[in-house]
Amino acid sequence: MGKGQPGDRERPIIMTDRTMFDLKPADPKRIDEKYLSHLELGEPDKTFLDSNELVINMGPQHPATHGVLRVILKLDGEKVLGTECVIGYLHRGVEKIAENRTYTMFNPYVDRMDYVAAVSNGLGYCEAVEKLLNVEAPPRAKYIRVILTELNRMASHQLWLGTHALDIGAMTPLFYTFRDREEILKIFEKYCGARLTTHAFRIGGCQYETYEGFERDVIKFLDYVPAKIDEYEELLTTNRIWLERTKNVGVISRADAIALGVTGPVLRASGVKWDLRKAQPYAAYSDFDFEIPIGTNGDTYDRYTVRMEEMRQSLRIIRQAVEKIPEGPIMAKVPKVIKPPVGEVYHSIEAPKGELGYFIVSDGSTQPYRIRVRPPSFVNLQALDIMVRGALVADVIAVIGTLDIVLGEVDR
Amino acid sequence: MVARFKGQYGTGIREANTYLGQNYMVVDPSIISEVLRILRDREQFDYCVDVTAVHYPEREKQFDVLWILYSFSKNERVRIKIMIADGESVPSAVSIWATANWLEREVYDMFGIRFDGHPDLKRILLPDGWKGHPLRKDYGIIQQDQEWVKANLGIESGQ
Amino acid sequence: MLDYITSYLSSNTTPGESGNVFWALVYIMVVFGGISVAVMAMNWLERKALAHFQIRLGPMRVGPHGLLQPIADAIKLMTKEDIIPAEADKFVFWIAPLIILCASFAVYIVVPFGPTHAITDLNIGVLFMLGVSSLSVLGVVMAGWASNSHYPLIGALRSSAQMVSYEVAMGMAVVSAILMTSLHGLGPYGVSAASSGTGTLSMIGIVQAQNEQHVWFLFKFFPLGFIAFGIFAIAMVAETNRAPFDLPEAESELTAGFHTEYSGLRWSLFMLGEYAAMIAVSSIAVTLWLGGWYRPFPNSLTGDTWDLVFSLFPGLVFLGLAAIAFLGVRRMPKHPYFRVQTIGLAGFGAVLGLIGLILFVPPVRDRIQDIFWFVAKVAGFMYLYIWYRATFPRYRFDQLMKVGWKVLLPIGIGVLILTAILGVVL
Repeated sequence: MGKGQPGDRERPIIMTDRTMFDLKPADPKRIDEKYLSHLELGEPDKTFLDSNELVINMGPQHPATHGVLRVILKLDGEKVLGTECVIGYLHRGVEKIAENRTYTMFNPYVDRMDYVAAVSNGLGYCEAVEKLLNVEAPPRAKYIRVILTELNRMASHQLWLGTHALDIGAMTPLFYTFRDREEILKIFEKYCGARLTTHAFRIGGCQYETYEGFERDVIKFLDYVPAKIDEYEELLTTNRIWLERTKNVGVISRADAIALGVTGPVLRASGVKWDLRKAQPYAAYSDFDFEIPIGTNGDTYDRYTVRMEEMRQSLRIIRQAVEKIPEGPIMAKVPKVIKPPVGEVYHSIEAPKGELGYFIVSDGSTQPYRIRVRPPSFVNLQALDIMVRGALVADVIAVIGTLDIVLGEVDR
Repeated sequence: MVARFKGQYGTGIREANTYLGQNYMVVDPSIISEVLRILRDREQFDYCVDVTAVHYPEREKQFDVLWILYSFSKNERVRIKIMIADGESVPSAVSIWATANWLEREVYDMFGIRFDGHPDLKRILLPDGWKGHPLRKDYGIIQQDQEWVKANLGIESGQ
Repeated sequence: MLDYITSYLSSNTTPGESGNVFWALVYIMVVFGGISVAVMAMNWLERKALAHFQIRLGPMRVGPHGLLQPIADAIKLMTKEDIIPAEADKFVFWIAPLIILCASFAVYIVVPFGPTHAITDLNIGVLFMLGVSSLSVLGVVMAGWASNSHYPLIGALRSSAQMVSYEVAMGMAVVSAILMTSLHGLGPYGVSAASSGTGTLSMIGIVQAQNEQHVWFLFKFFPLGFIAFGIFAIAMVAETNRAPFDLPEAESELTAGFHTEYSGLRWSLFMLGEYAAMIAVSSIAVTLWLGGWYRPFPNSLTGDTWDLVFSLFPGLVFLGLAAIAFLGVRRMPKHPYFRVQTIGLAGFGAVLGLIGLILFVPPVRDRIQDIFWFVAKVAGFMYLYIWYRATFPRYRFDQLMKVGWKVLLPIGIGVLILTAILGVVL
């Protein structure tokens, strides 16, 4: 391995060889001072040379899921004293792009933020712009939107379950949930041509009429899936090892949850019975009868049961919706060129991960003046610090999994 | 509720209106932290949904900083807006709602608005050494921090 | 010279006992080769079985149904670049996998495949086995230390702490089984008056004690034997760092394990050592509790006809495997690209069938019984290992240690005391 040969580590050859942190993993003393994170506990710079405390980096690449998230942990042996998340690796400047596209052109961009559950992003955006235009989608479009959004919620929770179980060590649920998720993605593909970034809705309604056999496919799915959810539960819910890994891990109390602004299943597992689909119904949710599962302790196991129950409730909603889809137009009377009047509006929906909000400022032209996306994962990720204080390193991974973060949404 | 505020602050509340069914209040920057605190304690707006900003370069007071708040008990949402000029700083809401921590960091990152009293005001989405605040209207869409990209990635920016 | 060789054939003891070096070497070669082939087969089985648990197929391309995959893996690992970290301690780095390998393989000296089919029959066989298998801890710590990087070091320390703590529990379970060898009574609760502490630590002696007492120690003093077996079964999974106790070597945890810095052939030596250790401890479990090489029901279903029926099992098993292979041949896609694979699978099926037929021939049939039943029982354990890996999540490290010290050890001591009491009282 002479100089210039492939094994030569002195000369950086590719971009990723030259990083800000040019240090060997064994030598923590060489971390460049100005990049050291300032954790809130004690003196930031001096303490990592302390004998007991160790600053470890859970680097941007992860062997399992979750995308590029960097967590800097300050450890005392195995116990976590504090964490700091460094995000922004996936920042694409979606909000800036929005100011240079028209309202219709921006619709596909929205799917790419929470790429796991793309349909809900589209729903939030379209409904926000419709609010600005003061139009309402026709009833048939609303029902189709509800069906697709709830299918999307199921798909998102299934992916969450698979990857969360994988992080904790159970390899098999991943494959089972992905197989069932395939069925949902097949329906999406038949409906709008894309599996993951669906761009399913348009401003004013839906563009595509439901295809021939849509109801039949959905009902077949509804008959097939409850047994599968039972299978996942059988593997995990009463499994002793699962219980030990998830009970009392990552507890967040009700007061903390409200103060930190977490939403979605995390909030519901802490005991707050609040769901935007019931509190401020949008898109025909008021026509359906479903329950909101809540938990008591706010630990990982409660979040798991809340999401499993949400899956079942989604099935309930879809069944009710499919049985009574009304006939009618699928697109409201929206002008070809969308020019909302001057004003601003904030509209939020209950995405699978929490409250997804869109704040749109319009200046009367065809391009939005400012679009702000309020991502649920971004705000939920703040709670990571509180949840893992005093836990062990292995729990940090479990908690990141249970918060159900999608980096595309955190970073936009 | 608006009447109570108006009674207390008089001219401090510039405007209180409803647009498309959504209530908002425009407030004077000097009293904003008290207003927010009263909203949380007395009016039970215990959940801070979002903190964000909008940039109007032609206006004298260029930035609009917004807080979107929600009350669980009243099932109501309200927007509080203040208008500040470039370079002014805003009192931080972290002591009122812990959510505001990262939300304010993002506003600082994207707009350059400083928040007084924030425990750790650093860039959150962009790399640490970045110069410029992208969501301002005078930052071009394909513009990047030439210096940072050259120093760290070794390539020309904009590729 | 020839006398030396042939004189052994008529003797009735293991080569070690009769002092016959030549045959000892032959047996060592056979065992070594057999274990290596078993490790390769285990590698294939693990990938296929794990895949089928996860509703996918596993390797299908390399040979027919991936049968040549282990060979491909071995070739790949052997031809990989041998990377040694720049600041690693070279000698220690080199020797660590060898220590683990030698420790795992040395256990096979006392493992009995039949009444005289062991390399030797030390009369302290169990003690030897416990002692030698503990040596692999040394190899693990050396591997972590020599890597000169704090993640492997932390992983090695965790791994060694885990192995050491579960050895204690294993030891308790093993001693319970040893106590049962001194009893000489018949049946699950039988203790004869002649039981006067003439128990044995020799592995062959333990199996023969099970035969004399007409019961597998699994069922002796039911449920005590069962619980002791259970403790050993759990402890052996933890001992070999397998799921659900595989935190030290899991990839999604922070420390990636003591073998992070190893690549290529060195890493494959670790894997070889791990699988060999798995087979070794499974053999110990089979010997101590499951009656070793004896066929099921040797004492309740006696007689020549039953002997005949059970002796047909090896041949039938291989014929069954051949039938499955031919079924696979029929289901192969009928496309010219698959011709080679189809022929290969058919050939493999033919070989299996041939072996099955050979196993029906009476002289072979009689001799193969012991080895077959022993290997069949060990194979069951191997399948269980894979099943555990597919099903269970991982234990966190502190929970793992808690289970080892606070759950298994007290139960082990309790079982030991109760076994001793029952042995005296009954």
